[in-house]
Order: sequence, then structure tokens, then C-alpha cells
Amino acid sequence: MIGSVLLVILGIALGLAAGWWLPPNGRRPVVVRRGGARRILLPFSGESISRRAMDSALRLAVAEDATLMPAYLASVPLTLPLDAPLPARAEAVLPLMEAIEQRAARRGVVVDSRISRGRTCRDALSRLLASESFDRVVVPAGDGTESGFSPEDVAWLLAKAPAEVVVLRPGPADHDVVTGAVVRGHF
Amino acid sequence: MAAEPTTGRHKVYLGMAPGVGKTYAMLEEGQDLRGAGEDVVIGVLETHGRSDTARVAEGLEVVARRTIAYRGVELEEMNLPALLRRAPAICLIDELAHTNAPGVEHAKRYEDVADVVAAGIDVVSTMNVQHLESLNDLVAELSGVRVRETVPDRVLAGADEVVLVDITPGELLARLREGRVYPPERIDAALNNFFTVENLVSLREVALRQVAESVGAQRIAYAGAVGTREESLQSAATQAVGDRLLALVEPNPQAQRLIRRAWRSAARLGADLDVLWVRSSRDMSDADERGLAALRQLVSLLGAELHIIDSDDIERAVAEFAAERGSTYVLMGRPRPASGLGRLREPLPMRLIRRLEGVDLRVVADRAQRPEREG
Repeated sequence: MIGSVLLVILGIALGLAAGWWLPPNGRRPVVVRRGGARRILLPFSGESISRRAMDSALRLAVAEDATLMPAYLASVPLTLPLDAPLPARAEAVLPLMEAIEQRAARRGVVVDSRISRGRTCRDALSRLLASESFDRVVVPAGDGTESGFSPEDVAWLLAKAPAEVVVLRPGPADHDVVTGAVVRGHF
Repeated sequence: MAAEPTTGRHKVYLGMAPGVGKTYAMLEEGQDLRGAGEDVVIGVLETHGRSDTARVAEGLEVVARRTIAYRGVELEEMNLPALLRRAPAICLIDELAHTNAPGVEHAKRYEDVADVVAAGIDVVSTMNVQHLESLNDLVAELSGVRVRETVPDRVLAGADEVVLVDITPGELLARLREGRVYPPERIDAALNNFFTVENLVSLREVALRQVAESVGAQRIAYAGAVGTREESLQSAATQAVGDRLLALVEPNPQAQRLIRRAWRSAARLGADLDVLWVRSSRDMSDADERGLAALRQLVSLLGAELHIIDSDDIERAVAEFAAERGSTYVLMGRPRPASGLGRLREPLPMRLIRRLEGVDLRVVADRAQRPEREG
């Protein structure tokens, strides 16, 4: 008889302990975070990013359950120290990073942004390649205008990047870009 | 009980470049003090042949320099022993960054000044901003000129008063052309090298920032020493006028969004932004290291400051830091769901609200957890 009572008390105690230990929804949280160990680098240097490149990177990230790493390549003039504040750039780039993150969030992709500085964009990219690890790099090839990576930059990247490089062929939709304007003042 | 030894006060006239009038300002102050009956002497004065400067020094007692023989050359240096023997109330010592000839008490003049102050003598001194150790690289990049004689930052930080002697670059260049800074044979070389408008604009900004920072540091020092009501009132008077935001982060991807929002809010409010990570005693993972490097890059782009405090008591560390910096607004990410015994504790935002009286707290949502809208 006493044994049964003790067993009941023990059961109640275990139940209460489990209740405290588990989070309020009654189940251990399943880690639903998307974005595994794989990382996809999406470098850019201006105030906008090609929508095609962005969408390609997102498609890859969704397919591979990868983390998207948009990286702003900041070229710092020689007249400034490499770590100097760049408030005018920040004004343009931070809304763009927010826009990228919002777009990624709609696709359920985890974003881990980076800023890399150098004396040129290539220098900034070189420093980024040396300090970060990733599995793929997505870059839009330029069509001779200001947008996209030049053939020289693409060749350099292919030679230096310790990852698979996805080069997007120039296309008629390259004028379609993602900018920070969509979130300006709303984050 | 033995009386507390009293030390002198140290006041520094800081300038962006030679010729702005630091020595002149120092001497004018010396004359004013002498006129008020104070015992003022000149410890060392470098007029560089400027007649205006020599004229304003007239009438002030000068402690004669001593001659030091070094490698067959006779060098004149400040006579520290004679100055200490003379023991005036106030001593004017020019060019804090000067390197002494070998064989005297100290290698650097700022070390002489430390002895003079320690002897209870007030010192008024001068220096240019490019001589400050931490700014040496920055100034070299800005101006292309690297100075060899540097002063550790602690010397300026430890000064009781720092006064910026400021004139516009245009005015300084006009002085230079008129021969009031260098003799005629050096003017062209100076104009072609160091004294360009671009250099002077940059140096002026550096000097202004430096003094602004020292004012901020003094405000914090006053705020930390309050106790009585009168002192509290004094503290209130020295509080920053505007808002000051504090973003609490951890080195993870979510922190970037938090900083972006904090930066945006700070820009709207015209407020300064501090970023703080209270690092617990657990080891840092590779991901933490990478996240921290990313945060540093972002924060430096914004011109904000990333502070790291090692503590396992986050609430206390944040409260102390917020009080020290005069934070008026704290932003933090959504705390991780507690489990186990942690559920018995009040959530961190509530604890912070209770602890940070008069400070607004904002919890920034994690976008990745936001439900997707239809359509």
C-alpha cells in the first residue's frame, strides 16, 4: 500500500519536474532553424544587388538548406584608415542589407551578413575569402555596364575562391535590382 | 595622521598643427595668472623664432635651461631639478611630445611633466594632435607625414583639462604665408607638404573629436563619483543632453539586424549608439569568433563602438554600463526561451526594466521567426 502511494507521489513529482523543464508549449522546441552548415556567399559592392543573383542564391539556399551570406565589399580610400567609419555608405548599404534579409526571410532562408573592407572591392573580397568559409559563391557577370563582376574579376574569383563559384550569365533582366529603397525608414 | 600629498593639476592646450596658437594661448594664460598674483614660471618655451610668441612671454620668469653634451653636440633641455627646486605654483611647459637628450632624468618631456605635477606644481603644457600615440597611424594616413615623437594616450586622458586651440585651415594657411609660423625659407616646403587644406581639414576633425571624447570621458568620471544631493545635481547638469542608445548583442547573425535597427533609431533621434556584448565565462566557439568579427566590421562602418564586458551577471553588467554611458534607450533581441530551472527566473527584459530606471527598453523581433504572410 505504502509502496503504491510512494510510486504515485514519485510519478507526480516527475510530471511536475518535466512540466518545469519543458517550455510553455509543452514540447521540447524542435530546432526548425533553416540554414545548415552550408553557406552561400553573395558579394556585392554597390547600393543595389541584381535581383537575378539574389533569387538564384536564395533558390540554392532553399534547395541546400544553406545559410545565405550577403557580403558588402567596401572599398576604403587610401586617405582613410581601413577601419574608418563610413556613414554615407552605411546610409545606403544598411537598408539594402535589411531588404535582402526580409526577402530571404520570406523564403525561410537564414541570413548571416558580412561587411568586408579593402582598398578595392577585389581587396575586400580577398580579405573575406581569407577569413570566412563557405561552399558556394554566387556572382552576376557584368555586361560591360556598371553592374556585375567584370571578366577579370570573375577570372580572379575562379582562381582564388576555395568554393564552387556560380557565375550568372548577363541577361536582359539585369536592370532589375533589389535596393534598400523598399525598406528605407521602415526598419 | 599624515596629510594627503597634493599633486598639481595638468592642463593641455591641444592643436591640430603647428602655428594654431597653442604656445601663445599658454603664455597668455600665464600672464593672466601672473597678473592675478600667482607664482608662474616658464619651464621651457619653444618660440621657433616667432616674434609674437616671444613678445607675449615677456615679463614671465624663465627657469634657465641646462646644456647637455651629446656626441659632440651641445643640446639645451628643460632643467627639471632646477624647476623642482624653484617650486613655483604654476609652470608653463611647451611641447609635451619632445624627446629629451640622453643623459637627463627622463627620455620624454611628458615624463618630466609627470614629476612636476607629482611635486604639487600646476602645469600648463601644449601638444599637437598628431603626437598622440593612438592617432599616429591615422594622422600618418591622412597627412602622409609620420611623427616620431609620440605621447601615450594616458597622458592626455589623465590631464585635468584639455583645451582645443582651433582656427580654420584657411586662417592657418594665411598665417603660414605671412611668415608667422615658419621662417620664409621654410614656407614653400611647408605649403607643399604638410600644410595642405586637405591635411588641415582632416587634422582639425581629428583634434575636435579628440577633445569631444575627453569631454565625454570627464562627464563619465564625474557621474561615477556622485553621492550627496549636491553632487547628484551636479551630475544631472553634466548628463548628456540628447539620447544615447545601447544595443545588447551576442555574436550571432540576429545581432546584425538588431544593430541595423538600433543604428536607424539612433539616426532618427540624433543619438549616439553603443553596442555591448556581455561575454559569459563559457569558451568562445569558432562561430562566435566569426560572428564577433562580423559585428566589429558592421559597427566600425557605422562609427559606433563595440564594447565587450566579461561577466556572468548580464543584468548587472548592463546596468553598470548603461549608467556609465548615460544610455537612455536599450535595444535587445528576443531572449532565448528558458528551460529547466531557468524558467523560475524572471525574463531578462523584465529584470532589465526593473534595474534600468528611466531607461526605455525595446525588444527587437527575430525576423526569421516572423510568420510568413499569405500572398
